[in-house]
Amino acid sequence: MDEPPPDVPALCTRGLTRHFGGLAAVREVSLECRMREVHAVIGPNGAGKTTLINMLSGDLAPSGGAVLLNGQDITGLDAHRISRLGVARSYQKTNVFLPFTVFENCRLAAQSRLKSSMRFFRPALANRAVNDAAGRALAAAGLEGRAGTPVAALSHGEQRQVEIAMTLATAPSVLLLDEPLAGMGAEESQRIVELLQRLAAQHAILLVEHDMDAVFAVADVLTVMVNGSILESGTPEQIRSSRAVQEAYLGTEEVLHE
Amino acid sequence: MDFHTFLIQLLNGVQYGLLLFLVSSGLTLVFGIMGIINVAHGSFYMIGAYLAWSLTGQLGNFWIALPAGIALAVIIGLALELTLIRKLYERNHLYQVLLTYGLILVFEELRSILWGDDVRGINIPPLLDTSIALTETMTYPVYRLWISAVCVAVAGLMYWVIQHTRLGMMIRAGSANREMVQSLGINIQLLYRVVFAAGITLAALAGMIAAPVSTVFPGMGNQILIICFVVVVIGGMGSVKGALVASLLIGLVDTFGKVLHLEIGGLKLLPELSSMTVYLLMAAILLWRPEGIFGAKP
Amino acid sequence: MTVSARAHAVVLALALLALLALPVFAEKFYVQFAAKIIIMAILAMSLDLLLGYTGLVSFGHAAFYGVAGYTLAMATPQYQAANFWTSFPLAIGVSALAALAIGFFVVRTQGIYFIMVTLAFAQMLFFLFYDTKIAGGNDGIYIDARPVAKLGEWQPFNLDNFAHVYFLALFFLVAVYLLLRMLLRSPFGRVIAGIRVNEQRMRSLGFPTFRYKLACFVIAGAIAGIAGYLSAVQFGVVNPEMLGWHLSAAVMMMVILGGMGTLTGPVIGAAVWMLLELGFQSLPAAAGIDLGKHWHLFMGGFIVLATLWLPQGLIGLVTGAFKGKAAALKDEA
Repeated sequence: MDEPPPDVPALCTRGLTRHFGGLAAVREVSLECRMREVHAVIGPNGAGKTTLINMLSGDLAPSGGAVLLNGQDITGLDAHRISRLGVARSYQKTNVFLPFTVFENCRLAAQSRLKSSMRFFRPALANRAVNDAAGRALAAAGLEGRAGTPVAALSHGEQRQVEIAMTLATAPSVLLLDEPLAGMGAEESQRIVELLQRLAAQHAILLVEHDMDAVFAVADVLTVMVNGSILESGTPEQIRSSRAVQEAYLGTEEVLHE
Repeated sequence: MDFHTFLIQLLNGVQYGLLLFLVSSGLTLVFGIMGIINVAHGSFYMIGAYLAWSLTGQLGNFWIALPAGIALAVIIGLALELTLIRKLYERNHLYQVLLTYGLILVFEELRSILWGDDVRGINIPPLLDTSIALTETMTYPVYRLWISAVCVAVAGLMYWVIQHTRLGMMIRAGSANREMVQSLGINIQLLYRVVFAAGITLAALAGMIAAPVSTVFPGMGNQILIICFVVVVIGGMGSVKGALVASLLIGLVDTFGKVLHLEIGGLKLLPELSSMTVYLLMAAILLWRPEGIFGAKP
Repeated sequence: MTVSARAHAVVLALALLALLALPVFAEKFYVQFAAKIIIMAILAMSLDLLLGYTGLVSFGHAAFYGVAGYTLAMATPQYQAANFWTSFPLAIGVSALAALAIGFFVVRTQGIYFIMVTLAFAQMLFFLFYDTKIAGGNDGIYIDARPVAKLGEWQPFNLDNFAHVYFLALFFLVAVYLLLRMLLRSPFGRVIAGIRVNEQRMRSLGFPTFRYKLACFVIAGAIAGIAGYLSAVQFGVVNPEMLGWHLSAAVMMMVILGGMGTLTGPVIGAAVWMLLELGFQSLPAAAGIDLGKHWHLFMGGFIVLATLWLPQGLIGLVTGAFKGKAAALKDEA
């Protein structure tokens, strides 16, 4: 994916809305995510964060509003189209190929970047470029020693790492990460935070997270969502000191220092 | 087509559609509530018809044979659920299809052993063996109207039970969340047994009341099963409302398809290819809404 | 190669040798029966591609088998023989086309709908041949003269010779096996494996899964066509039952019985199934009932029991036994 001109955000939404029956899960959300920037979306459970990401990744069609990628309208496109445009997404609930090995999970993800997989004759494993891309993604996520293990045999934290590795293996420009640290221990979380800081140098990252330490360590921009709408958006300092945000979500000092 | 023919075909189409609804509602209910696809469902339509023939012959009276047949169907349904069907909960659809397909073969051969392979017929019960005048020159068989009436009555009864009784409430709750219902102390096992027995009894009942006006032949179960599948695909699996709409649609399309004349560019389409009309209808729905008109989006 | 892979290869090689030698030792009846099993095995392997490897439960797969047989019958001029080298590709092509046409509609559906619509469309084709005069109605068509495999002066085999038919079937069994093995290791094969495990994730990764499923459906249909053509050659007659759901269900059972998601499973399943069929059909009369005539009863009973007790199929039973033995040996060590 080519880099957008400096003024155009990599990913932005305008008035994005999603109804389920009579309920508005996401209401008029407009935000921007720029290249080399980490934009964190935080908020209480049920705020609509995952629904938002689903609409950005194409897993869910919006009821209203628009999603633009480098200024290009991608609203309502299928998930596979959006993925091919360079947007990769990781899931809150681990969504990997459990019977396959860690390597095969990443390799399959990397294979998606081939022009076409309608190739019937040579073995898939013979493609060196794909194998290398998979290996790099594996290493970046810290899974070198586990390449040959079936994912079903991994610990929950390691499976979350596979989730992230698969996302990286598709060589995206924009990363949509839905609670990547969920269920991880302190050490693993630290490793992923460092990974995110490295990735931020070359990607646009939209991050949904509950782990406030991680959020404040990596985020350049914070958006707080409550009940489907944006409560406030700004720099980490602005959000931390905002009265409204403290009342609605961050609450007292205790939450900030969890 | 003149008005008389149109009216008769309309009544025929509605009657066929309603009968189809009676059968397919059982299929869709069992799937919607228990999550089980029973491909032997059509066999019960056949069993009902043969039961009607056999019991009428032995008991001498269609009106005694009918409740007797219904009772037998209920018993068979309960027994089947108790022994085999309960092993299909939580199994994937492939195994449900294969096991119930095995049952089709068993039922077919049992029928063959008990009642032979000949085509049978029942006389319309004398009480209803008259025609009613619709216009000055046209009459319509009362028995056919009675079939439609029975179907409507059963549909109404189903609606009332499901929407306005405790049993119906348990059924609706059980289809939404099995574990929760169990933890509430409701015997989900018994509930499922009742639902399954009701489902196949609907098919058997349809077979019994249809017997006097249609041929009773060995392949009738399989034939109606396929159409039931088309109904459920068009209407949406698990939706009784969808089954009703789709059944009437198919009933009318199939009936009119057989009497209309359609020729395009020298190619004779109707009535020569009338048996294809329902499949073409299904194909069209698949392009537009693969989960069915009232089906749940995946 | 691991020990088990080597053992597997040895077993396969031995089996192939035995099959090659069969016509030398066995009588015509057994050779023809073996050919029948091999043809069913090809059909079962093609269904396994859908069932075991892609997760598509097609309940109307026999349609593509029947269509190929009918294509040969209809391409055979009256009282003359068709040419193998033209009629064979034609029959496969028609099967593939039918699979493309039907697949275009059915691959849109998921789960239970897919099962039902594949059956419905197959039945539509069945009734097309059964009810109409297009192809002999419910009596079917007789193929008076078997196709001739002549290319100019060269005639490599004679399909009037039952041993040649057997070897041709065996050739295709091996060819299809190798083709499927290659396919499953290719990038395409990995995509369909991924689709079976988690289709939604595949789409999320950027794969347009619809066209891969459709391609798989067409390939499986074409291979089914190979079996259908061979069947028509062997029996010299085609009838609507070749498209019927009884056959579709039987093929599904062969795949499940043998062990789906393996390549040798369907072959074993086909052999077991055909032997069971023969066995049940040969039952004598008892209690005044001709049991052989009602063999479907036993087949049905067998299906019910096999579904309940052998969910992993016979291969699952064997590998389970091996795993158990390996574990037991570990305990003793």
